[in-house]
Amino acid sequence: MIGGLFIYNHKGEVLISRVYRDDIGRNAVDAFRVNVIHARQQVRSPVTNIARTSFFHVKRSNIWLAAVTKQNVNAAMVFEFLYKMCDVMTAYFGKISEENIKNNFVLIYELLDEILDFGYPQNSETGALKTFITQQGIKGQPQTKEEQSQITSQVTGQIGWRREGIKYRRNELFLDVLESVNLLMSPQGQVLSAHVSGRVVMKSYLSGMPECKFGMNDKIVIDKQGKGGTTDEPGKSELGGSGKQSIAIDDCTFHQCVRLSKFDSERSISFIPPDGEYELMRYRTTKDIILPFRVIPLVREVGRTKLEVKVVIKSNFKPSLLAQKIEVRIPTPLNTSGVQVICMKGKAKYKASENAIVWKIKRMAGMKESQISAEIELLPTNDKKKWARPPISMNFEVPFAPSGLKVRYLKVFESKLNYSDHDVIKWVRYIGRSGIYETRC
Amino acid sequence: MPAVSKGDGMRGLAVFISDIRNCKSKEAEIKRINKELANIRSKFKGDKALDGYSKKKYVCKLLFIFLLGHDIDFGHMEAVNLLSSNKYTEKQIGYLFISVLVNSNSELIRLINNAIKNDLSSRNPTFMCLALHCIANVGSREMAEAFAGEIPRILVAGDTMDSVKQSAALCLLRLYKTSPDLVLMGEWTSRVVHLLNDQHMGVVTAAISLITCLSQKNPDEFKTCVSLAVSRLSRIVSSASTDLQDYTYYFVPAPWLSCKLLRLLQCYPPPEDGAVKGRLVECLETILNKAQEPPKSKKVQHSNAKNAILFEAISLIIHYDSEPNLLVRACNQLGQFLQHRETNLRYLALESMCTLASSEFSHEAVKTHIETVINALKTERDVSVRQRAADLLYAMCDRSNAKQIVAEMLSYLETADYSIREEMVLKVAILAEKYAVDYSWYVDTILNLIRIAGDYVSEEVWYRVIQIVINRDDVQGYAAKTVFEALQAPACHENMVKVGGYILGEFGNLIAGDPRSSPLVQFNLLHSKFHLCSVPTRALLLSAYIKFINLFPETKSTIQEVLRSDSQIRNSDVELQQRAVEYLKLSSIASTDVLATVLEEMPPFPERESSILAKLKKKKGPGAVSVNELEEGKREGGELNGGGERGDNSAIAASNASTPSPSADLLGLRTGPPVTAAAPSAGSLLVDVFSEAGVNDDGFLSSAPPSVVSEDPATPLPESNELLNKFVCKNNGVLFENQLLQIGIKSEYRQNLGRMYLFYGNKTSVQFITFTTTVTCPGELQSQLNVQSKPVEPLIEGGAQVQQVINIECLTDFSDAPLLNIKFRYGGALQNLTLKLPVTINKFFQPTEMASHDFFQRWKQLSLPQQEAQKIFKANHAMDTEVLKAKLLGLGMALLENVDPNPENFVCAGVIQTKAQQVGSLLRLEPNAQAQMYRLTVRSSKDTVSKRLCELLAEQF
Repeated sequence: MIGGLFIYNHKGEVLISRVYRDDIGRNAVDAFRVNVIHARQQVRSPVTNIARTSFFHVKRSNIWLAAVTKQNVNAAMVFEFLYKMCDVMTAYFGKISEENIKNNFVLIYELLDEILDFGYPQNSETGALKTFITQQGIKGQPQTKEEQSQITSQVTGQIGWRREGIKYRRNELFLDVLESVNLLMSPQGQVLSAHVSGRVVMKSYLSGMPECKFGMNDKIVIDKQGKGGTTDEPGKSELGGSGKQSIAIDDCTFHQCVRLSKFDSERSISFIPPDGEYELMRYRTTKDIILPFRVIPLVREVGRTKLEVKVVIKSNFKPSLLAQKIEVRIPTPLNTSGVQVICMKGKAKYKASENAIVWKIKRMAGMKESQISAEIELLPTNDKKKWARPPISMNFEVPFAPSGLKVRYLKVFESKLNYSDHDVIKWVRYIGRSGIYETRC
Repeated sequence: MPAVSKGDGMRGLAVFISDIRNCKSKEAEIKRINKELANIRSKFKGDKALDGYSKKKYVCKLLFIFLLGHDIDFGHMEAVNLLSSNKYTEKQIGYLFISVLVNSNSELIRLINNAIKNDLSSRNPTFMCLALHCIANVGSREMAEAFAGEIPRILVAGDTMDSVKQSAALCLLRLYKTSPDLVLMGEWTSRVVHLLNDQHMGVVTAAISLITCLSQKNPDEFKTCVSLAVSRLSRIVSSASTDLQDYTYYFVPAPWLSCKLLRLLQCYPPPEDGAVKGRLVECLETILNKAQEPPKSKKVQHSNAKNAILFEAISLIIHYDSEPNLLVRACNQLGQFLQHRETNLRYLALESMCTLASSEFSHEAVKTHIETVINALKTERDVSVRQRAADLLYAMCDRSNAKQIVAEMLSYLETADYSIREEMVLKVAILAEKYAVDYSWYVDTILNLIRIAGDYVSEEVWYRVIQIVINRDDVQGYAAKTVFEALQAPACHENMVKVGGYILGEFGNLIAGDPRSSPLVQFNLLHSKFHLCSVPTRALLLSAYIKFINLFPETKSTIQEVLRSDSQIRNSDVELQQRAVEYLKLSSIASTDVLATVLEEMPPFPERESSILAKLKKKKGPGAVSVNELEEGKREGGELNGGGERGDNSAIAASNASTPSPSADLLGLRTGPPVTAAAPSAGSLLVDVFSEAGVNDDGFLSSAPPSVVSEDPATPLPESNELLNKFVCKNNGVLFENQLLQIGIKSEYRQNLGRMYLFYGNKTSVQFITFTTTVTCPGELQSQLNVQSKPVEPLIEGGAQVQQVINIECLTDFSDAPLLNIKFRYGGALQNLTLKLPVTINKFFQPTEMASHDFFQRWKQLSLPQQEAQKIFKANHAMDTEVLKAKLLGLGMALLENVDPNPENFVCAGVIQTKAQQVGSLLRLEPNAQAQMYRLTVRSSKDTVSKRLCELLAEQF
């Protein structure tokens, strides 16, 4: 279990130090600073083992969060906790920065007391926490006496993430499917590796204790129904360029409110949602991914002092959709002494500090093509090493799910209060972003 | 550095550095650097030429970036351009960049060397100095190659400025240190010596460093420097403190130069010229006198400088070791320092005195300070000073004061620092032995030593006591009495028990007359300690018990009872169990005569160098003793501490039944002389007495080193001929195997060439070190066989196997076999093994198929009497046709079927392929089943071949 948790600033000074177990001494604080933060070589592994003590760290801007343990803990659990911890802190005081942490240190210690007990993670649901950890940092209206009295029963009750007696005039529900698509492609256009990691994020403003049921085009469910005889009409998709009906989900994890037993037996996702914003599920797919962009690089070395680069990008989705925030990053050799760029669309610039040409396009519709060509002048060096040609990377945002996931339904049942599924206003949105989207050149 | 002109501020550089310092994170820093690098690249690439100032600025930036730890792979050219600038600052930055970021690009090196050459010949002293500094800073071989000839010229040229000479001397010193072979001596050497007469003290100081270094390598060439150095020294020493102005340091004239002069003189013997010598003695006297003068300043720097010269002078006096007067004065001066309140001075005084004590002239003078030194040993706070005091006591000890010093050291031992205890113990033991007039005193001292610091008493120390007691009849009774008394203490150290057990076992009878120490009392006393001891000690005690049975028959039943008890006879430790069983049987079966012979008193040990001394030498490390001595010490130590041997012996003992080797028998009962210790092995002188005589903790009854380890590399193992025969008819198998090592063999032959794979397997769990193998061809075999072996890994881990490939070429026919010598260390003990490599002439057979007719035709052709060799011999093995066939095939010849009219007979044909010739051979083997005899006939075109083949084959059937 987690023995202690430290938060450092970029200089390695300790901002927060909370020790949960006796086996973690104060010297552990220094060990991490010396061996990780001030390490001569940049430490890439998120887990570092120093003198039989394991340090799990995540970095948020300039802040290091490190969980420390001497035991053989489940690393995934520790990282999940650290991410939750970041979420909680963001929910309480916004951006995680040195100043914010310093300003809210009392709150952070209070949170740490609550979400970790003797190193065992406890309830880290922001909504629930906000009801009883009410430092000044909290946004929103002060609570009534009555609400406070309910805290105990809620925290100790079966549904720790939602309190009773919530009432809204308008029952509303927002559902976002957020995906990030990762790709590594060979120069010839062969996909070397690709996967999509997605999240379903919900914002629910529902009265009472509603029971929700979420359905999507999960292959297993669709196939089962197909056998059952009630085939959906094999109509065309409204989304993206995906013509397929169902997707194969490699693995998924759920928010604690989802009834796992039901998922295991019927593969249906039913839950009583927390109030406000939360992440319902996370999933990953690797098959039949729609790659929104194709990058075609062409690099030609002209002698030892010149390099010609031509990059074509093609958008590969329905013409009616618009991709946004497109950025192509073309790495340049380390001995670049001058760059001339010509691009058809958007703006391109050589950024010396990053050793790359950065080409930005604000918007681009589907089934279009654009190109950039650059002439790179090189300084002859006596270094015999050849340029390693790092891959061209890309960033973008598209309004569909590259995995092909579709929300089939989201039903709300509330038996006690008098509103039905039809009265709930539901919003669904798909956003596909680039993760590590690279093409070798 | 000349004043910075207005434009030289390099604002850009300052801004860049402050930008970097202000970076919040590593990433930001890298971004800033990347941006700057891109900027510099575009500037360097730019078409318009850069002026000197911006070039310097950018090179500076690159240098700064490099010093931050980033790679720089350009800008060298610009830096080299800067070298040719006429501005000091630009040149300086250029040189700085070159010396920090030296690049082995040949093109560039040429340019750099060119620039340096220009500067060296520029006559501008600053530029010359810059160039010299660059050469010295880089100091590479290339630099040495290019300038080793030039610099001496600058150094001795008459018109060179003093500051340049200084730089040149130090630069040359640096080049000489990195590549001495490139700095050639020449006519300049004599002129360098004359730099000692230079007006400028700086030049002299620089030159003397160079001369000292050079004269250490070529003392003869620089002999003349002695008189010059003496005269220089006398001038400095006699000068008033104000004469030398800049070179006077806290009222001491030129202390560094003086020290260096004195050190230079230490490279040479005392000057032969009387005048020079007189002058030098005068100087040394003056230095000693000056030490007596009241200090001119209270500052610590003043006394430090003065004492530095004084100690250097004393070192020189000790080095000469010929002036009794000076030596005694030096000793007295050091005696004063012994009580100085400065700890460092006391330390240095003790250290110098140690060397003084070894000189015959000053030994007596040193001895007068004994009280002070003993006091230092007792009261000194710093352990390193106490250590020196102990060293000095050891050095000043002789017959007259040994008792006092040993007593003092013993009493100090009780409170001594743990880190020096072991060394102290060794020293006490050595002194006690070396200066013992009265051996009872010696025994007392050592027993005291064991009592006081038992944990630090190494094995060697108590081995030595026993060795001495056994060799001296006069102390045996006293020793027995003393150990008996010492053992009565309630808590005894284990080493005491060991000594007690051994001595009582040998000489218990000498004190048995006294009813207070009757045999049974002795036995009970020993046995009361038994259960508190470790296994090796218990084993020793068991041996003592069996000796008791011999000495005092009345104790027999009691001891047998003890041996018979479950805790002995069923002990989980194999060694103890075996001893118990064997001793019990021995005592009950053997007659008294046999007992008396077996358990005879140990014979005296041959006199050897004390092993303790060797151990002390070893402890001092390579600095104190020559490599040779060290090696010896290690070896002795190794064999004494004897991890290897001990394990080996017990392994043999454990596998007693299966090992026919006589020495393997623990008691040497069945064969050989009763007490193996009596037979000194023919071993080398280096082998310590103890391992030979078996006074290791394996017990004083047990054996010499295992017999398989032959000491003489030239003679192979006795069984190696057998081993050889084993391989006549086969190519693969196990060549040799003992407790430690297994050697497997795999070989293949084609025409006159062969390849043999040897597999050395370490059967123990301890690694073999310095494992070496050599293959030699003795005598005329050298010209007959060409054997090449690849070197084998020097280290074999426990349980591991290494492979060696041996290539063999047969030049002409041969009869001997090459020898394989294997040497390695196992747990410190050297193992040496010589085997015959199974390379026999028949390995080079090419089988030849032929019809019956052809065979007999050839058989008749080879009818000369010397071409035939015949042997009639008795069958060693059963006459199985299939086995015979297999063996003949293994021989390498073709087995011809249906050739001989008698189907019982075998005939074979083959050609031996050698480089020089081919030897056709025919063979006929006629078995006689009734008589169990064979007749073997071999005919070949060469008589030696027939004979050899016949010999080889006769052993096979």
